[in-house]
Amino acid sequence: MNELDRKKLSAREYRGLSKIDGSLVFMKNTHPVGYNELVELIDPDGNHRIGQVLDTSDQAVCVQVFEGTSGLNLPDTKLHFMSEPIKLGVTERMLGRVMDGMGNMRDGIAPPKADKLCDINGSPINPTSREYPRDFIQTGISVIDGLTTLIQGQKLPIFSGNGLPHNELAAQIARQAKVRGSKSDFCIVFVAMGIKYDIARYFISSFEQSGVLDKVALFLSLADDPSIERLITPKSGLTLAEHLAFDLDKQVLVIMTDMTNYCEALREVSTLRGEIPSRKGYPGYLYSNLAELYERSGKIQGKTGSITQLPILTMPNDDITHPIPDLTGYITEGQIVFDRELHSKGIYPPISSLPSLSRLMKDGIGKGMTREDHPHLANQLFASYSHVKEVRNLASVIGEEELTELDHKYIDFGDFFEKKFINQASDEDRSIEQTLDLGWQALSILPEEELQRLTDEEISEHYKGGE
Amino acid sequence: MQNRIIGQVKRVNGPVVIASNITDARMMELVYIGDIGLVGEVVKLENGQATIQVYEDTTGIAPLDNIYTSRGPLSVELGPGLIGSIYDGIQRPLEDLRAASGDFITRGQKASPISHQKLWDFTPSVKEGDTVAAGTIIGKVPENDNVMHCIMVPPRSSGGKLSFVEKEGRYNVDHVVARIAGAAGEEEVTMCQKWPIRTPRPAKARLALNVPLITGQRVIDTLFPLAKGGTVAIPGGFGTGKTMTQHAIASWCDADIIVYIGCGERGNEMTEVLREFPQIIDPRTGHSLMERTILIANTSNMPVSAREASIYTGITMAEYYRDMGYSIAIMADSTSRWAEALRELSGRMEEMPAEEGFPAYLPTRIAEFYERAGMMENLNGTTGSVSVIGAVSPPGGDFSEPVTQHTKRFVRCFWGLDKGLASARHYPAISWLDSYSEYVPDVQTWWDGRSGGSWSADRQTIMELLQKEVRLQQVVKLVGADALPDSQNFIMEVCKMFKIAFLQQNAFDDMDKYCKVERQIKMLRIIIRYYELGSEAIKGNVTLVKIRRLNVVQDIARMRGIEDLDKLMLRLEHSMKQLGELYE
Ligand SMILES: Nc1ncnc2c1ncn2[C@@H]1O[C@H](COP(=O)(O)OP(=O)(O)OP(=O)(O)O)[C@@H](O)[C@H]1O
Ligand SMILES: [Mg+2]
Repeated sequence: MNELDRKKLSAREYRGLSKIDGSLVFMKNTHPVGYNELVELIDPDGNHRIGQVLDTSDQAVCVQVFEGTSGLNLPDTKLHFMSEPIKLGVTERMLGRVMDGMGNMRDGIAPPKADKLCDINGSPINPTSREYPRDFIQTGISVIDGLTTLIQGQKLPIFSGNGLPHNELAAQIARQAKVRGSKSDFCIVFVAMGIKYDIARYFISSFEQSGVLDKVALFLSLADDPSIERLITPKSGLTLAEHLAFDLDKQVLVIMTDMTNYCEALREVSTLRGEIPSRKGYPGYLYSNLAELYERSGKIQGKTGSITQLPILTMPNDDITHPIPDLTGYITEGQIVFDRELHSKGIYPPISSLPSLSRLMKDGIGKGMTREDHPHLANQLFASYSHVKEVRNLASVIGEEELTELDHKYIDFGDFFEKKFINQASDEDRSIEQTLDLGWQALSILPEEELQRLTDEEISEHYKGGE
Repeated sequence: MQNRIIGQVKRVNGPVVIASNITDARMMELVYIGDIGLVGEVVKLENGQATIQVYEDTTGIAPLDNIYTSRGPLSVELGPGLIGSIYDGIQRPLEDLRAASGDFITRGQKASPISHQKLWDFTPSVKEGDTVAAGTIIGKVPENDNVMHCIMVPPRSSGGKLSFVEKEGRYNVDHVVARIAGAAGEEEVTMCQKWPIRTPRPAKARLALNVPLITGQRVIDTLFPLAKGGTVAIPGGFGTGKTMTQHAIASWCDADIIVYIGCGERGNEMTEVLREFPQIIDPRTGHSLMERTILIANTSNMPVSAREASIYTGITMAEYYRDMGYSIAIMADSTSRWAEALRELSGRMEEMPAEEGFPAYLPTRIAEFYERAGMMENLNGTTGSVSVIGAVSPPGGDFSEPVTQHTKRFVRCFWGLDKGLASARHYPAISWLDSYSEYVPDVQTWWDGRSGGSWSADRQTIMELLQKEVRLQQVVKLVGADALPDSQNFIMEVCKMFKIAFLQQNAFDDMDKYCKVERQIKMLRIIIRYYELGSEAIKGNVTLVKIRRLNVVQDIARMRGIEDLDKLMLRLEHSMKQLGELYE
């Protein structure tokens, strides 16, 4: 049977499920149904739902229902197999709109006419077509701009924990992010997975206040929506992002929160299907599955648009080795890691600079991009601050009085670094020069001999310390 | 499609398809699925059913779709034109796919791995009437300015007398350049051969490994050297520097040819290689690095079965160049993603899992892969080597997991990356405590020959000091550094110096990203001399503070940027002597 014949068969209506199990339904005696294809379900009340084929054989078809299965029954549920993958109609006019995980309007206004229908699963970008990202995005946040520089087209997640101010930070980045010296066409795709309404509300009002709401497309699948819908929400968001970036040349920032909820929904389905789990019950394909989302970022040669991803995830038990942050870190181009201790010291943003990393910063900073001294300065700040940790440990054992003069300087440096360099107000927008100068101010607390990552020229130009 | 139908789809579960009504499929046979012609491989046969691992996304494949045979196993095409190319996991040329289907990879695309139109300059190196055997080099083709490609009699040929040899000229790869009159009839030799990726190419004998693969990375070459033909694993949590280390080795190591496999990793990392390598000039050959490199990119979002195949595709190409007498270094980043692909496929086939969901045959597969490394006497008498450098990405950075543990059993060198070092930005973050190399005794003679005999002893000394430092640090953590005598504090001082001046090597520093053998030897010598002279001085009651304050000591800390190391050594001897005299 060829595809055309199957297309015709999509008109055929099947009734009577053989089994409903969680978000999965099973149907027997169908025509040959294609893997991954779109399924339309009509529940006993006549409402439409959509699903996707997870397993197909000459015996039975297994369908995952994105709106959940509550209210379905075996005899009266009707199915159509659409013989095509799930598609989303995309258009620029989705900016300024609030949608559900599948791209249906949530704001009660008529949907805009789509310019194009796209398979929400996307296709991998050919590595030979990619353009290596290297444009520095100034976020106005010192610890990010100075030490974990964000680059246009990068995927840089925030590893946070419950109760930490990751939403504030993401909103601040969204408000302040700019590529200096370019008047780019900027927009935001906001993807909410399983978060509470008030958090979504927080983002919306933050966008409203900065007057960018009409440049934001919101895909909301909130805590009280069926958990299975979370699996499709980021795909919808990224499909629109690809259209905006690669068809319409826009600079798209995609904020996805909370990835932990996405992964849990995936685990739920996997468990239901009786798959062999790898770590902590998560399926073995979690890595590939996350990669299929995160890799949908970047730049393409010959196109001016870009997709920058800022996924947010809460680490269960603040454990960075938990599979969700772990596999994310293996895929993304760095990570911004939150630290509860800094938070309790009242420091905002509570970013722990040592485990944080931006892999793309090396090509986006330095002469002609930020400032010539930036790479060495960042290296030196890392090295010196990591020594602070050792000195603090030592002090806690032998007592601060026993420390050497040099050790005391390190303690002072550490305090300045945390309280003046990292710490800033959530509406404070620092220029990269301000950030770098602050860094030098911190290093000037230390004696010159300790600054082995910097060149003599850099020291003589910027270093203010020494007797 | 003209290919014969050998069965129909019965079930589709992700990349695994079960087919029924199988007529005469063979194990490991390459098949095409559906009208769209997705590439797959038969991995199991049972009662008229076949299990097929599909190398492309199976969306839309349905029961009753036809399965077509390709009449052969999954193979790579070998011939001039491989160098400088970038392929996916099953050797489809990504540049050609891009030309055909644009910036996004679509399914069902076919493209030949090497050009069958392009003409190459062929020069025969045998003549009619010569007797040849499997592997015999019958002619040469300059593949680019850097690589001389040898046209060889295929390994499975039974050989015989040459009844025809093509004269010098320009031909495409399908042109018959020789005919062998063998016992079984006449055999034609072209400039292109096929080889199944899961079968190692044969060689005459395995040779002992005694030449180091020089990488220009001090911590590797001096502390934990890899031999040409050897195997090494680089395990490390995310962001600890596996990819950077592999890129550095691919850029600077003294192999003739590099095969770099991006196996389930980031797209941008491959783009980076593609962008940078053509611009970097290899100081040893004067040609761009791309002229010795083959890339395989099966990134994390590309089909998982092709990821499983990618490392075999890579190593088969490496063996082919080994057969010509070259030394090849092959990097696989990351073998954990390959193992996970194995796990996913195994799960979909509903096999019994062993540890952490991995199939029970995981260790066998790992062993088989690393066994394909080696220094070989080839069938044609040349000597060539394949060195394998495999990254391992342990979940949670915990080295006790199955892939790291099993890999450790089959490699002889281990560069363990340390999270703490990486977050302190001590790069390369190769731990001097966890890492080891069993090749040290093998390559010792080579190094001692270069260093006038100092290398082994110096290396031994510094390794011992690093061990001592661990114990001293434990003491300091309890009581502070002031409680230790100067002689012991000095050991810590030397180790700190060694780490800053020698072990750290920034891959972005133009002067230091590559360090020549001679320089490595001198830098190590300087540190050891510093230790010897300093210890003596302290015995003579010179204080540590005085030593620390010497100008020359500050300079040693920055010696990676100092051109003239001999002068630095002289200054060290001189300053220490002066200091000693002051105290007499
Ligand atoms: N030798 C080095 N010199 C300078 N920087 C380095 C070096 N090694 C690693 N780094 C830094 O560490 C970062 C991470 O390194 P890399 O990408 O190699 O990690 P990885 O181990 O491959 O991580 P993953 O498993 O997530 O792929 C780099 O982006 C770079 O900033
Ligand atoms: Mg890597």
